[in-house]
Amino acid sequence: MFKGIAYIFGFSIIALLGIMVWEMFRGSSFAIEKYGLDFLFSSNWDPVAEQFGAWPFIYGTIVSSLLALVIATPISVGIAIFLVEIAPKWFRDIVGFLIELLAAIPSIVYGLWGIFVLAPIIREYIAPLFINTLGKFIPFFAGPSFGVGIFTAGVILAIMIIPTIASISREVLMVVPNVQREAALALGATKWEMIRTAVLTYSRSGILGAMIIGLGRAIGETMSVTMVIGNRPEVPDSIFDPAYTMASVIANEFNEASSDIYISTLIEIGFLLFGVTLLVNIFARFLVWSTSKGVQEAK
Amino acid sequence: MIEARNLNLWYGDFHAIKNINMTIEKNKVTAFIGPSGCGKSTFLRAINRMHEVIEGARVEGEILLEGENIYGPDRDPVTVRQQVGMVFQKPNPFPTMSIYDNVAAGLRINGFKDKKKLDEIVERCLTQAGLWNEVKDRLHKNAMGLSGGQQQRLCIARTLAVEPEVVLMDEPTSALDPISTQRVEELLFELKKKYTIIIVTHNMQQAARVSDYTAFFLLGEMIEFDQTETIFTNPQDKRTEDYITGRFG
Repeated sequence: MFKGIAYIFGFSIIALLGIMVWEMFRGSSFAIEKYGLDFLFSSNWDPVAEQFGAWPFIYGTIVSSLLALVIATPISVGIAIFLVEIAPKWFRDIVGFLIELLAAIPSIVYGLWGIFVLAPIIREYIAPLFINTLGKFIPFFAGPSFGVGIFTAGVILAIMIIPTIASISREVLMVVPNVQREAALALGATKWEMIRTAVLTYSRSGILGAMIIGLGRAIGETMSVTMVIGNRPEVPDSIFDPAYTMASVIANEFNEASSDIYISTLIEIGFLLFGVTLLVNIFARFLVWSTSKGVQEAK
Repeated sequence: MIEARNLNLWYGDFHAIKNINMTIEKNKVTAFIGPSGCGKSTFLRAINRMHEVIEGARVEGEILLEGENIYGPDRDPVTVRQQVGMVFQKPNPFPTMSIYDNVAAGLRINGFKDKKKLDEIVERCLTQAGLWNEVKDRLHKNAMGLSGGQQQRLCIARTLAVEPEVVLMDEPTSALDPISTQRVEELLFELKKKYTIIIVTHNMQQAARVSDYTAFFLLGEMIEFDQTETIFTNPQDKRTEDYITGRFG
């Protein structure tokens, strides 16, 4: 009896996933039939003329999330190292608690802060810094500085995923056995050499896992990104140009989608977003699995 | 030669080591014995300042290594540990590294790059640790593939690679089977030709088999220190006699 109920709950997850996939597929089938694979690679998004291409959103999602990951990873791992290896105990507890709190702030608050604080700072100081140096040689860093854009979205996302990556990395570092640290110290390692040789190598697959979980969060994040990315359905030439993400376009345009094909394309974007997150996670699991296998296999 | 002068050690308020004075001979094996919690491991760790990883640990007194105080004001624990290596209770090779990389780890930490020289040192240290013939065909395989006893000898090789003068061993065979234990013990006879060895052991037969000198510790004090033969056949202190005859501990 109990076993049967438990099985039902277990299978309900599979059923739920199946229903979601099926419904999204059904909702988007009109658009899939009409545009086919072109939908993925076309950059033309013109609802009035009923021209729909999802590439600007896919591009915006990928670039903003990767940017967030690039910014957030070193900071988060640094925070985790500080908390586990360097900070005194009382301080460790306070900062650890604050990090968990940061993760609980609603994303709309991050969005507001992004518009009113971060965007002006990026417009006035940070973007010109890049544009006047790197931008002279690399078009990707050139162009006018609007304040809102894919770079600002990346920074906001980075701030939002730092708590996630930092707190998971912290837990990962805490399980590194002390005998590993002592092994390195006894060889005459300084604190940093000890962290590099014994701690980071031991925990690298766990840190990778933390990064991927952060990436997953960044890809799906909607509200704060919508507020700062500029919402322009074009592939940006520069990292400081306004762009659009898959999640933002669904949130922004669902209300105004007047025709069946418009709604169907938005559902297809949702379907894609679902697929992209799924792929990222599969890729991540594969990475974690293959790095930890090196240790496991030998045991 | 290692000389402890009035060495005291506290963990917070707990007085773990009480006023130890002793001289440890060069190129000999010295064993520390005593019941659990007697301070023998703590004192061992004080010889390469490894106790400092524990918060609230504090030392008074001196330990002279070749006449130089390792607690001197300008002395960096990192350089002390390069001179005084340590092998731990449980084999603790770096699990993500190959056998080769484990032995090379200490040198690489110190910025050693010369590949050819490194090959030589790795071979020499593995040979000294009695492991070379068993691993020479799989140097670049993961170290966790070795048996426990092999892992411990790998850890010994790793310690030797940084060319210490003294090797501290904290119950190095307590996690090993009898045959692996025997191999490590045999190794000590070879190693003492080049290194000064201090071994903490719970096993009195082991102390009697491998060491030239034995120190008996009780409740943070060193009760008796003499040639191993004397300690085991003609102890001067009643407490030493009680311990080695198995009346407590």
